[in-house]
Amino acid sequence: MPAQQAEARATMKIVVAIKQVPARDSQLRVAASGRWIEEEGLEYEINEPDAYALEAGLRLKEKHGGEVIALCAGPARAAKAILEALAKGADRAIHIEEDATALDPLARARQLAAAVKSEAPDLVLTGLQSEDLGYGQTGVILAELLGLPHSTIIMEIEALPGVIRVKRELEDGWFQHVEMPLPALIAVQSGIGKLRYATLMGIKKAKSKEVRRVTAASLGVEPGAPSISVERLYLPERTKRTQLFEGDPKQAAAQLVEKLRFEARVL
Amino acid sequence: MSVLAVLEQRGGQWHRMSFETLAAAQQMAEELGTTASAAVLGHGVDALAKELAAKRLDRVYALEHELLKEYTPDAFTLALAEHIDRSKPALVLFPHTYQVRDFLPKLATRLDRIAVSDVVAHRVEGGTLTLVRQLFQGKVNVDVCFSGAAPHFASLQAGAYRADRVVAGSAAVEAVAPALSPSGIRTRPGEPFRESQRAVDLSAAELIVSVGRGIKEAGNIPLIENLAKALGAELAASRPICDAGWLPMERQVGSSGQTVAPKLYMAVGISGAIQHLVGMKGARTVVAINKDADAPIFEIADYGIVGDLFQVVPALIDALKK
Repeated sequence: MPAQQAEARATMKIVVAIKQVPARDSQLRVAASGRWIEEEGLEYEINEPDAYALEAGLRLKEKHGGEVIALCAGPARAAKAILEALAKGADRAIHIEEDATALDPLARARQLAAAVKSEAPDLVLTGLQSEDLGYGQTGVILAELLGLPHSTIIMEIEALPGVIRVKRELEDGWFQHVEMPLPALIAVQSGIGKLRYATLMGIKKAKSKEVRRVTAASLGVEPGAPSISVERLYLPERTKRTQLFEGDPKQAAAQLVEKLRFEARVL
Repeated sequence: MSVLAVLEQRGGQWHRMSFETLAAAQQMAEELGTTASAAVLGHGVDALAKELAAKRLDRVYALEHELLKEYTPDAFTLALAEHIDRSKPALVLFPHTYQVRDFLPKLATRLDRIAVSDVVAHRVEGGTLTLVRQLFQGKVNVDVCFSGAAPHFASLQAGAYRADRVVAGSAAVEAVAPALSPSGIRTRPGEPFRESQRAVDLSAAELIVSVGRGIKEAGNIPLIENLAKALGAELAASRPICDAGWLPMERQVGSSGQTVAPKLYMAVGISGAIQHLVGMKGARTVVAINKDADAPIFEIADYGIVGDLFQVVPALIDALKK
């Protein structure tokens, strides 16, 4: 392969799918419908596993050149997550403006797939799972819909011409390397690299970057009949009786030590 | 129209969650008034299939092919899609392992279904199966039902069902030869490896103090080190702390780290995501210190202090010295 061509192939067009989810420390209440949570008053942030996917994408771009496109499906409020991705270094974004409460990972992946198709990227990156629904399926479904090879729970990504080599986490501290041809989809494990903060310059630049707004309908995605249905959300019941000490920290600490010494007898 | 448990093995060894799934399949089949079967995929799975033949099952399927020796999402999806299409189970259950997470959504999508992943419980009412799963890292539960036509797919969380409930019996083994060719497999997996010998073996520790996100920054870690010292305990952490590099990876407890079973596990500023809980559920006594009274860690804690760890931990160190 001529050197020039090899170099040209090494630059990568990367789509990173991100989701906006309620902030981690949110106090959650079940909505009156029982089908979702009460959204009023909630703060939102980029789903942390997706922030790592974005980080991985930005690092690949820094190494190989190319372009990082942030892709986000969500209501108008998701514009904030998109702006954050642009401020961190994504070159442009696609916002699929749809209600966030679609509880069906296949329906959501169909929308994402339609948007990815229009870009024909070399690599699609997703987080491993969302912190709200936690299905952990969107990336793999997306790969299947797009006909791409994939690998999940990835700790390292090495791009070679036409091929990608990843380090996949197995259970109990084991790993393996997996190679596959490009284009491909990789679901990134949290911790793949230290997350960057947006710089002041990045924040300034973000506002002038391109955000393409589309809808499921404009992408030609029909809402199909879902094969699962959400019946009811509720707060879990405690299965174990916990002895709780509240109030003054000193007193609570003394009570706890007493219990550990004389009741549980572990000290 | 039966329940099929797809079990996981590697190199002739069962994954520890496989028999949990088998027990769940037997239980659900009974409640649904149908039979359970089991499938095992790999190369050289005769002995494993024979072991399953001594369980109360309608049938044991041994999906045997040299291209199933090493796991790849393409080969496993092809083999299972073909087998499910032929044997027509109503419900297909999997253990929610890293491997299943890697291919089950692909398999379900290929068959135009949605898998209900990471199920923690179920119930059957009037012949209808309801599955329970967790949202928001265990803060909220949700009941899910299948609304479309069979086959239906679900994966079961580690520890949700008890492996020792598997019922013995006998079953016929059916060898299945999936139609696979190397050209259909796009990923090339390498040999599994371990990063390095672990310098810290937390599995042998009697007392463990474990720290999570609540510690806020690296500069606060010495506070927890002092608590560990006062207790004579090993120091451990949840994944985000190791991801951030505040403590080495070898001190991580959870599904991707070490599994521990100490006399005392004190979780400080750890909310208790399931990935962490699976690594420490075996502890005899669990103590949780967290400012959020709704944190899932309190669900499995024997003792808890709801409060600011930056006040509670120094008070605890003082109390331990008395």
